[in-house]
Amino acid sequence: MSESSEPRQLLTFTEEQRATAQKILTANRRGPIGRMAPATLSVMRDARGAIGGIILLLFGVMALLAPILAPQDPNAASSFSSEILTGPSAHYWLGTDENGRDVLSQLLLGSQASMLVGLAAAFVSTVIGTAVGIASAWFGGAMDRALSMLDDWFLVLPLIPVAVLAAALLGNRASSVPLGQTGVLIAVIGVFGWAGTSRIVRAEALSLKSRAYVERSRVLGASHLRVIRQQLIPNLLPLVLANSVIYVSLAILTESTLSFLGLGDPNRYSWGGMLESAQSAGALTSGAWTYFLPPGLCIALVVLAFSLVGHAIEHRIDPRLGEQK
Amino acid sequence: MNMLKKLLTAGSTLAFVLCFNFFLFRAVGDPKQDLARNPKLSKAAQDAIIEQRGLDQSQWIQFKHYVADTLSGDLGRSFVTNRPVVEELIDALPDTLLIVGVATVLASLIGPWIGLHAGWKRGRTQDTLLTQSSVVLYAIPVFWLGMLLIVAFAQAIPLLPTGHATEPGSTAKGMAHAVDIAKHAVLPITTLTLGLLAQYSVNMRSSVVTAMQEDHILTARAIGLPPRTIRRRHILRNALLPVVTVIGLNLGFVLGGAITVEALFSWPGIGTLTMQAIQGKDYPLLQGLFLLSSAMVILMNVATDLIYSRLDPRIRN
Repeated sequence: MSESSEPRQLLTFTEEQRATAQKILTANRRGPIGRMAPATLSVMRDARGAIGGIILLLFGVMALLAPILAPQDPNAASSFSSEILTGPSAHYWLGTDENGRDVLSQLLLGSQASMLVGLAAAFVSTVIGTAVGIASAWFGGAMDRALSMLDDWFLVLPLIPVAVLAAALLGNRASSVPLGQTGVLIAVIGVFGWAGTSRIVRAEALSLKSRAYVERSRVLGASHLRVIRQQLIPNLLPLVLANSVIYVSLAILTESTLSFLGLGDPNRYSWGGMLESAQSAGALTSGAWTYFLPPGLCIALVVLAFSLVGHAIEHRIDPRLGEQK
Repeated sequence: MNMLKKLLTAGSTLAFVLCFNFFLFRAVGDPKQDLARNPKLSKAAQDAIIEQRGLDQSQWIQFKHYVADTLSGDLGRSFVTNRPVVEELIDALPDTLLIVGVATVLASLIGPWIGLHAGWKRGRTQDTLLTQSSVVLYAIPVFWLGMLLIVAFAQAIPLLPTGHATEPGSTAKGMAHAVDIAKHAVLPITTLTLGLLAQYSVNMRSSVVTAMQEDHILTARAIGLPPRTIRRRHILRNALLPVVTVIGLNLGFVLGGAITVEALFSWPGIGTLTMQAIQGKDYPLLQGLFLLSSAMVILMNVATDLIYSRLDPRIRN
């Protein structure tokens, strides 16, 4: 009797172990999003994350509800009036533009352009950067050398000049691109911004590659793709997320710069484009401050919020970073 | 050895930029059609260019012509003014270098100074205030900052001119001319400096915080050296090293910022030239501008590496 009960005792978990196992099981059952929830909460507990998160929530709601919230459709013929560059009034909360249209409506719609281009461009650059970084670290050798060289090249291209050139040239073909000139902006800002990401991902992937559990999977016969999907990407995700959230802020700044330079989407309202119109319409000299203050303030707030949230995530991954920043 | 590798990388990057410039141009349009769009070129002149650049031949031959022309300093002619692109660039460059140069110098003096004091008082009110305002400043688009300055210092308190490099129609020479330009340069330079400042001060702060954790700083404090001496002689030197790299690598951003600032202030440099090129769909000029800014960034990177290895004896050997 006692001999047969020995192995059974070895298989019995203590209460503590059972609790831990249960926790892991429920966490796994919750899926990736469920597992992210506690992390999101802890990012929000960081003062920077909380402030940034609240600002982003507000602007997110603004972008989604803009067409409903906007008092008028700036494209409708009825929106044009003879009240040009007026100050704030009960009818026009933020005054009017050089065509007598409501500034507030354009400001609300402008949040869509910034959010869309910022998020989509950051997504493009993150996907390219992560793919290049992982391929570089995982396959090593000639692949690593070639990709690192490509990375060196792209890292040096000055973003604004190259984006100006590409957006101006590709602008001719905007009609054949999905989303028109907005699509061009997304592509340009996304494609020329991945070099920093790939460098960070490569370094982290190299260190993950040498971990025992990754080697173990390889030895047990898992394919490259399987190990990359199951071991590397989940572990790289927080770092990639922090990095891409910070890139959103740069992408939004770049989008507004290009729009200010007249390379924005003529069919879409954007804050940079509004500032360009305000400036060329002489809003600065005529004192129409409700025309040029709010768009700039919105850009600054959204950019600030994305970088705050990004740094809060970064801080959660590596608390030492927060000490120094 | 290390330097040789860096030079090789710089060379290959320049070659990449050259190829990129060629293929981007070819990918979006046919240069022959672009030539036909140029109203200032006669049919005969167009044919001469097609012949000279081999535009009716294969891509490969065009590419060879393009590389040979570029290396010999021929970047084609502007569609709008019909002047050689190189001349346009040479005319515009000094004005940009003036404001970009002064702004870079100012920002690399003030930014690290702020960072040094913020890092020294880490965690105190002074630090929080300086660091948070740097973070906010960093989020503000440079051109909007310029607009605010125009309203504040040229509209509300009319002290400074808001556009162009000189008074319209000014024929002043010598000293009066220099004063005129300086007055016009104040706002563009201030805008660019503020745009750069934030990043340098944040970088310097984190660099100072790292440097302060070193044992020799603790020793210096234990000995009882005056804080001023510790800051100047022991922290500043070490903390400045990483910031030098950032300042050097930042030139790309400075040029980018210069485009919008020049556009805003109608300052006659490469930024205003870029605007004109965009508006006139002047592709040869745009390409030349891009080549110029990339080449400057690459050169600055090499220069930064050289300076860095001079400053840090650990790398020199």
